[in-house]
Amino acid sequence: MNIYGDRGNVLSLSRRARAHGFAPRVVEVNPGDPLPAQIDIVLGGGGQDSGQGRVAVDLVARGNTMRDLASDGVPMLMVCGLYQLFGHRFLTHTGEELTGIGVLDVETRGGEERMIGNIVLSSDEFGEIIGYENHSGDTTVGPGSKPLGKVLQGAGNNPRDGVEGARTNNVIGTYLHGSLLPKNPAISDFLIAEAARRRYGSFEPAAGDDLTVQRARESAKRRPR
Amino acid sequence: MRDFFSAVIGKSVRQLARLRGGGSALPGLVIERLDPGFLPRVLGRLPYGVVAVSGTNGKTTTTKMIVEMLEARGLRVFTNRTGSNFSRGVIAAAVQECSLSGKLDADVAVLELDEAHAMYFIERVKPRFTLLLNVLRDQLDRFGEIDTTAKLLQRIADATTEGLVVNREDRLVAAIGEQTRARAGSAPEVREFGLSNALLSTFPSDDDFHAGSSTDASLSAAAERPDADVTLVELGDHEAVFRIDGEDFRTKLKLEGLYNTFNAAAALSTVRMVMQASELHGHPAKYRAQETPEDLIAALAEVRPAFGRGEQLILDGQPLDLVLVKNPAGFRLGLASFDPVGVGVMIAINDQYADGRDMSWLWDVEFGSLAAGGVATVSGSRAWDMALRLEHDDVVVGGVEEDLTRALQRFRDATPDQPRRIYCTYTAMLALRKTLAELTDVEDIW
Repeated sequence: MNIYGDRGNVLSLSRRARAHGFAPRVVEVNPGDPLPAQIDIVLGGGGQDSGQGRVAVDLVARGNTMRDLASDGVPMLMVCGLYQLFGHRFLTHTGEELTGIGVLDVETRGGEERMIGNIVLSSDEFGEIIGYENHSGDTTVGPGSKPLGKVLQGAGNNPRDGVEGARTNNVIGTYLHGSLLPKNPAISDFLIAEAARRRYGSFEPAAGDDLTVQRARESAKRRPR
Repeated sequence: MRDFFSAVIGKSVRQLARLRGGGSALPGLVIERLDPGFLPRVLGRLPYGVVAVSGTNGKTTTTKMIVEMLEARGLRVFTNRTGSNFSRGVIAAAVQECSLSGKLDADVAVLELDEAHAMYFIERVKPRFTLLLNVLRDQLDRFGEIDTTAKLLQRIADATTEGLVVNREDRLVAAIGEQTRARAGSAPEVREFGLSNALLSTFPSDDDFHAGSSTDASLSAAAERPDADVTLVELGDHEAVFRIDGEDFRTKLKLEGLYNTFNAAAALSTVRMVMQASELHGHPAKYRAQETPEDLIAALAEVRPAFGRGEQLILDGQPLDLVLVKNPAGFRLGLASFDPVGVGVMIAINDQYADGRDMSWLWDVEFGSLAAGGVATVSGSRAWDMALRLEHDDVVVGGVEEDLTRALQRFRDATPDQPRRIYCTYTAMLALRKTLAELTDVEDIW
């Protein structure tokens, strides 16, 4: 699923998969398009509110398929608008309700406050996660999901809880742009490893550390909000 | 004698301005005070006179098309290339290019007039030919400005002595054409550029956005209208078909975007008008009077898009283009607007408040066109984000240096004896201009 933006994640994940020795095939799925037969990883991007309504309808129509894929361990990364729609519902501040597909145990309300700026999370699994948040959705995580990370700098899901994102099975939802994956190869490696184990039974990492990524992470961390 | 004095004073001021690292518009300011008649006299002697290009959108690229097509016909063209499209900038450019006797070494002037300075200019110089492109609202337009702009364009049309080219698909500009036609007398002659009915829906006008698209539905259903002087009849990827004198010409284009392709029809119509006119005085040098539509189309095919905010300096005896980038569309246009072969490239990305803190936008631009030549230097507070972005498009980066002054030095050392181009965000540009002003002649920002 791809609403405009966040194409950096697609580019970066493909590159990282090649570095691990795979030959990834990217299939762009727009509202109404059929899903490919073989699905190893699903990426979703953020978009503008106008596009979100159309995507919401399309997503609900595919709800069963997506829930089955998620239960089966298919790794997914959903950013911003699709993070919200992978939850139960999104209540806009005009009182409209967009139904999500409930893969993640989260709920979002249109908030008054825009949470915007550089953000750093700490996660046991991925280390420090560095990105840029830009949303007014106020999201709360229920017991069925756990947050992606603790907020070290920035706002996160909402101004209160000090956490960001959500995780159920191998599905990650987050507000982080940046784009997220280029500066967070640990998350790319997780998506690739889970996909490889599911399809081939094992995963042998082959990609090394990248100096440019390290430097970009260091300088991004030093920047003001 | 007066020309001699103005030319000498202007050139002296320019030298002085250079010495103190000042701007290129200063001589214009001085000349204007001392000799308000300088510009009309100098421009009034050109064999083909002055071509004015105005409208709200696309002036710079369209001016560039007209200039390059005329140059391909062997004409020497004077134009306000520095992007300072007000009279002082024009005067300064004229001073720079004219001889001590106050003669401009050119056959024709093609000048981009922005709405704010057009009145000032036409009070001093009457264009022989005028091209009016459009009156589009941009997102920032406040109610009422549209009609003010249209009135202004009407006044440019009224000041035009011989030929007017208008966009028949723009309601306000087409009306200016009709009013000019309806006026008593035969001058100026009015010609139109336009779209075939089939393409109308591709270019929704502002009115269509507000009134649904009933207008173009009814138009497409209507009988095909008569051809305009030049009609755009087909669009493809960097390809278009123009209808001129009933004949269709298919051509590849280096221009980017729908509107530039439509404006190519405007440029073709304007160049045809100039080429069909007679010389006012003297004979241009090396000029080939025989022009066919094929010749013009061939020249058009070579034109690259102009970068509206680009500014050219001279550094170490080589041209240096400063290209401001602030959003993906602008960055894409900037990359498309030049041939990277043999050009040293530097990219400087800052993330101050004025630049935007979020780096996500860099991922919405493709940098593959730089892969062949690489990028010599990457700089700015987010140099490493930019380097990471380039790595993802397999573009080789010569060096990464966050400090702009040190980066500029590295860039100069790495790219001796070749033209250079720096893409920079807003605050990076301000800082670089400051550094560059100590090294070369940089125009003041007004």
